[in-house]
Amino acid sequence: MNRYYWILGGFAALVVLLAVGLGLNPRDVPSPLVGKPAPAFSLNVLATPEKTTGPKDMQGKVWLLNVWASWCVSCRQEHPVLVEFSRKVKVPLIGLNYKEVRGDGAFDMGKMPADEEKKLAFQRANQWLSQHGDPYTLTVMDLDGRVGIDYGVYGVPETYVIDKAGVIRMKHTGPVSPEVLDKKIMPLLAELNK
Amino acid sequence: MIPELGNFALILAALVAFVLGTLPLLGAHQNRMAWVAVARPATSALALLITFSFACLMHAFVINDFSVVYVAQHSNSLLPLQYRVAAVWGGHEGSLLLWMLMLTWWAFAVRMLSRQLPETMVARVLGTLGLVAFGFLLFILITSNPFDRLLPGAAEGRDLNPLLQDFGLIIHPPLLYMGYVGFSVAFAFAIAALLSGQLDAAWARWSRPWTTAAWGFLTLGIAMGSWWAYYELGWGGWWFWDPVENASFMPWLIGTALVHSLAVTEKRGSFKNWTVLLAISAFSLSLLGTFLVRSGVLTSVHAFATDPRRGIFILIFLVAVIGSSLALFAWRAPKVGLGGRFALISRESMLLTNNVLLAVACATVLLGTLYPLLIDALGLGKISVGPPYFNAVFVPVMAPLVFLMGIGPFAHWKDASIPEILRTLRWAFAAAVVVAIVVPLLYGSWSALTALGLLLAAWVVFSGIINFVERVQKTRAGQSFLTAALKQPRSFFGMHVAHFGIAVFVVGVTMVSSFQDEKDIKLAPGESVDVAGYHFTFNGVRSVEGPNYVAAQGDFDLTVNGKFQRKMNPEKRNYHSSQMPMTEAAIDTGFLRDVYVSLGEPIDRSKPEGEWAVRVYYKPFVDWIWGGCILMALGGLLAMLDRRYRIKARATSTVTTPAGTQKA
Repeated sequence: MNRYYWILGGFAALVVLLAVGLGLNPRDVPSPLVGKPAPAFSLNVLATPEKTTGPKDMQGKVWLLNVWASWCVSCRQEHPVLVEFSRKVKVPLIGLNYKEVRGDGAFDMGKMPADEEKKLAFQRANQWLSQHGDPYTLTVMDLDGRVGIDYGVYGVPETYVIDKAGVIRMKHTGPVSPEVLDKKIMPLLAELNK
Repeated sequence: MIPELGNFALILAALVAFVLGTLPLLGAHQNRMAWVAVARPATSALALLITFSFACLMHAFVINDFSVVYVAQHSNSLLPLQYRVAAVWGGHEGSLLLWMLMLTWWAFAVRMLSRQLPETMVARVLGTLGLVAFGFLLFILITSNPFDRLLPGAAEGRDLNPLLQDFGLIIHPPLLYMGYVGFSVAFAFAIAALLSGQLDAAWARWSRPWTTAAWGFLTLGIAMGSWWAYYELGWGGWWFWDPVENASFMPWLIGTALVHSLAVTEKRGSFKNWTVLLAISAFSLSLLGTFLVRSGVLTSVHAFATDPRRGIFILIFLVAVIGSSLALFAWRAPKVGLGGRFALISRESMLLTNNVLLAVACATVLLGTLYPLLIDALGLGKISVGPPYFNAVFVPVMAPLVFLMGIGPFAHWKDASIPEILRTLRWAFAAAVVVAIVVPLLYGSWSALTALGLLLAAWVVFSGIINFVERVQKTRAGQSFLTAALKQPRSFFGMHVAHFGIAVFVVGVTMVSSFQDEKDIKLAPGESVDVAGYHFTFNGVRSVEGPNYVAAQGDFDLTVNGKFQRKMNPEKRNYHSSQMPMTEAAIDTGFLRDVYVSLGEPIDRSKPEGEWAVRVYYKPFVDWIWGGCILMALGGLLAMLDRRYRIKARATSTVTTPAGTQKA
């Protein structure tokens, strides 16, 4: 043994830290909204644009809110998992379409009147769902992203689990993988529905 | 077909690297000269294969071959040619290949410029580089092959991230990687010295110019990145203490310590173990930086798309390279002698203090960078460590370092006299105090931190001038001052130019953080805003079509005291391929200040002819920050070109052990 071995010891500690770090996800930020009531909103429903709905209408049910958009590439990756989920499980899954037109860089928003944006957004969202399958009980349209701000959306897709009292119990950022669904979301749903 | 050739060249290169990493090292150990002789040709072959492979990838980008996954992900047929070329290193796989390209070129340069070195030493150095190259080639081939095909091929590529479509991408990564990878040469020299047990002044002399070259590139690379962030991100900042910036800054700090510690080892035969440890650390920190950027353990604006397999591979590689070299160090270091004795006040002790301060600075940056990871790993929550921490711990460490910079060059080797130095420098200090008091008052407000920054900068400049003049006077011997000055060794010039660069840098940082001004307001066409005496009139926004984007281009008139200066045209760009609008700031660059306009969003999206959110900045001396870095790199270049490195030293190379060195 000599005094130079402490350097090796320090390096070993660093390696352990980095190895542990590999298993963690730095983007997995706990939402301050977990444990708080889901922010209220009233948005147009995609299938029936003349109607609006919001968390109030879901009182008494355990439900999921999934944020998506047709321009979102990761949503496409997540979508089959949701379609599969909706076939098997009878928990309402509400889609929140987030900035369908504004979020897409292909459009110069400066030039688009509001009614045209609305028409285009509904058309694009409908087309996407008919192409990839519609897992949603219903989808609401957040054209300007204000509801997204209330919910602290910072990356699409995001998924929220909301309990019977309207309280957010879990938030998942990024695509829902089969593992996340089986290991985190399903057990939570079972517990909340007890 | 050509991508397959590139892939094939990579596989061949891995085999060559394996041979290079084994035979010469074994040969040097067992004195088999036939194996030792493999090192030079294998190095050439490796450089040739990687260069060919890199050219193949570049070809795929230039001809828009979207059947290569990497090309389809990072390019687009609308992308202008210069960005298609730079897009080769715009993603993880290609930038690794650039890393390799640099590594093999460095190795090739060592091969060509090492004729005066003993053949076994060359074999050990090149062999070590071969092992590093082998590890990286395995990494590329197993987890990150840029030549993977996409079948059927895509019709169009996804395009390069708009943030990267800039001159900065063309030049910043190559410079930075030259620096990172350059430290592998210093590392290889250190490993070779440990393996051979020949850790002497000659070794320090060989590795010095290589270390200085790598350090110079790294300095330029970091400065380029900082400048890029400044003009591209539109926030007007030049350093954000982002984990990836820190990842490049840590090897710089240790590299700076190494450059100074090598001086002691060369001139006095002291600090040998410490120098070797620094050489290992500088390269290890470069590797750690690679790990942090590419494994996804930290969040950063720079992070590449991540894949856990990559993280695990780099971690294993990290353990293999750093672990084995530290183990070698721990095994060999106790046998190395201590070198010449020196007094408490001497150039050695000054440089030792320099080294300790730089190492402490590096440790604080490392702590701040990894702290969020540590807290997360312990399950204590998510935190982020930002500029307040770094500014609070960094300034107190750097201030004494810069102060010592003024004194260090006056201290004699072995033993120096404080009263003598004080007598020589009293006027320099007095003049610096005057500058520190007067200049802030000229700018309107005096604060202790501003004064401290200017005091240090002026101190370095004045004491540097006195040191230079004194040395020239001493060696004048009847010649004119100018003739004598020009006869000074280049390394002496190099030191002063680099130190002057630090002073310039400190002025830039001090002035911009003390006296910058910004306004964040909404403007309708015809309205105007004033900041620090600069008057901006907004004339509205027009639509402009670029090759692969449409932009809203603002039109501003800049006037000072009623006199028209110039038009300024910041842009808000929407790239066809991306959802993120990009800000292109308009900057009027000047010697003493920048003024900077960046365009936000229209207040009402449906009325782009109406009001816009606009940000204007006044940034005094901000360009001195990068100017100082360029001077530092220039100083490095001068030092590297010093005549004594080119003297044929074959006869003396194995025996130059300075008096007072104890051989174990």
